[in-house]
Amino acid sequence: MKLHEYEAKKIFKDAGIPVPDGKVVFSSSEAKKFAESCGKSLVAKAQVKVGGRGKAGGIKFPENPEETGKVTSELLRMKIKGEAVEAVLLEERVDINKELYLGFVVDRGSKNIVCIVSSMGGVDIEEVAKSHPDKVSRIYVDPRIGLMDFQLRNLFLKIGLESDIMRQAISIAKKLYNVFVSFDSELCEINPLVVTGDRKLIAADAVLNIDDNALFRHLEFEKVDDSPEYRARKAGLSYVELDGDIGIIGNGAGLVMATLDLVHFSGGEPANFCDVGGGARADRISLALNLILEKKGIKAILINIFGGITRCDEVAKGLIDAFEQLQLDLNKIPIVVRLAGTNREEGLKILSKLNLITVDTMEEAAKKVVIEARR
Amino acid sequence: MSILVDKNTRVVVQGITGREGSFHTSQMIEYGTNIVAGVTPGKGGGEIHGVPVYDTVEQAVQERDANCSIIFVPAPFAGDAILEAAYSGIELIVTITEGIPVHDMLKVCKIIDSMGVTLIGPNCPGVITPEEVKVGIMPGYIFKKGPVGVVSRSGTLTYQIVDELTQREIGQSTCIGIGGDPIIGTNFIEILEKFENDEETEAVVLIGEIGGSDEENAAKFIQKEMSKPVVAFIAGITAPPEKRMGHAGAIISRGKGDAKSKIAALTDAGIKVGKTPGEVGDLVERLF
Repeated sequence: MKLHEYEAKKIFKDAGIPVPDGKVVFSSSEAKKFAESCGKSLVAKAQVKVGGRGKAGGIKFPENPEETGKVTSELLRMKIKGEAVEAVLLEERVDINKELYLGFVVDRGSKNIVCIVSSMGGVDIEEVAKSHPDKVSRIYVDPRIGLMDFQLRNLFLKIGLESDIMRQAISIAKKLYNVFVSFDSELCEINPLVVTGDRKLIAADAVLNIDDNALFRHLEFEKVDDSPEYRARKAGLSYVELDGDIGIIGNGAGLVMATLDLVHFSGGEPANFCDVGGGARADRISLALNLILEKKGIKAILINIFGGITRCDEVAKGLIDAFEQLQLDLNKIPIVVRLAGTNREEGLKILSKLNLITVDTMEEAAKKVVIEARR
Repeated sequence: MSILVDKNTRVVVQGITGREGSFHTSQMIEYGTNIVAGVTPGKGGGEIHGVPVYDTVEQAVQERDANCSIIFVPAPFAGDAILEAAYSGIELIVTITEGIPVHDMLKVCKIIDSMGVTLIGPNCPGVITPEEVKVGIMPGYIFKKGPVGVVSRSGTLTYQIVDELTQREIGQSTCIGIGGDPIIGTNFIEILEKFENDEETEAVVLIGEIGGSDEENAAKFIQKEMSKPVVAFIAGITAPPEKRMGHAGAIISRGKGDAKSKIAALTDAGIKVGKTPGEVGDLVERLF
């Protein structure tokens, strides 16, 4: 789960990391009022969770309260890379002398926490690592011991920080590490970490991603919404919306991914990823069908089940119940079903009552559903 | 021969009184696995499916000589359960539990590695040596004894591909689900090394997916260190960036971990990659 910049900055500030003074606003009048009361030059930043916000026009520099209100309402009407702007962060402008990078990330390969720093902040760190590897320095942190001062001295010396800046950087890095650990973060970064004209460090931006598996320890971030992803997760399903027009349901993440790929190879485009998990009970299948059908323009649906411990006859009963609940018109939206594994024959017998298209293999199922969708 | 588990494996089930733990205990016993004990704190002294239940793993090791553990404990307590097994002298720990926080696993893996204990998973279907022993949740009947080692980050996709092999009369030496999480105890390379050294294994099927760089590392290892042929499959060609595709570890993050670059890394290393599960079966068939 990715937090908004303003949410991350609040956490950073509470941890003692310097951030610019500011306020998050949700309307133009609120923005104008804040600009009037603070009386300083402000920057207005659209709060979205996608990268490349600056280039997309999501950061504005209004000159007076009137203009602050105006740019805020403009930003609130924007969509950046498909994401609607619902809040704007107004902050005092920072006097930038130099921009650094500081971040912590979980490195999967080595199973370590990595601390990354760079003397080239304000740009994509992955790009800097490629174009100027000498400007990026990293160390592994042992989670049993934590981040040590000597590691930070080595790290910051390598990117050429002078001693007064280094002292501040070490203090900020230790605080950021504490945030990274205590919030179960997978990625936590300050980019840029600004060196101001009077040689002070301040976090001009903030990124904090929290491990979804650890949300039970951070219930304050559990946001109730009506997105298909959220409703699926609450019911024990896994759902991701995609751009195509063929709905996909299956059991097991890997099998569903492979099913999407096969549909793609057969010339179709999947509308979603939906893993109903083990058991594949009627209520889950019916929710999965509902989520898929909420999306406009679905042309056909493919259900791919490999019965293991889950028996195909149970799945078939689930399908019958789900279809009865939903009263689907199978002439309008054809459904291709592929059952394999435990009690397949019994499952197919149960399904023969319905006007479904049943096939034997994944490959056939993908081809068939694409033909049906193109009809 | 086989790898990781065989007839001498003496299994303790952690979380044996839970719904999943209890059900799969009966399934494993039916398959022939030697389940010597179960553990559920507070439920010691009882019995389930004829298996004695203890309060701690230490007791299970002392009383019943368990040397392998399978864990069904819920995610918030699973890190504790893994370390309990390790500190009690268990040599192989198979963790089925899904949803363990990454930071818990970071610490657990560091400790496990320093102790020389093998952890499979978490978020995995387990390990099976066909017609001998199953320490996992997979449907036993689709497996067949034979010369192909299978290692995978997935569950049902593995069953699908094993089914393709079995239908072609190609059996398996051992099949291992290493797990769908970002931080797992054992990666591809460690399993590949064991297969390379296993007399019974003549070829290996590697089933990967988007996320991380384990497949790329495996490709380098296979090219340099392996004499046995490997056939691979990678799921997630159509997965969009920055979205978790079911598994916590299946995510293309910051331009890294997409399927195309994994397939390219494997192909460049001379490894055949099947486009479909059926094609994987065909490619393996051609080897024999």
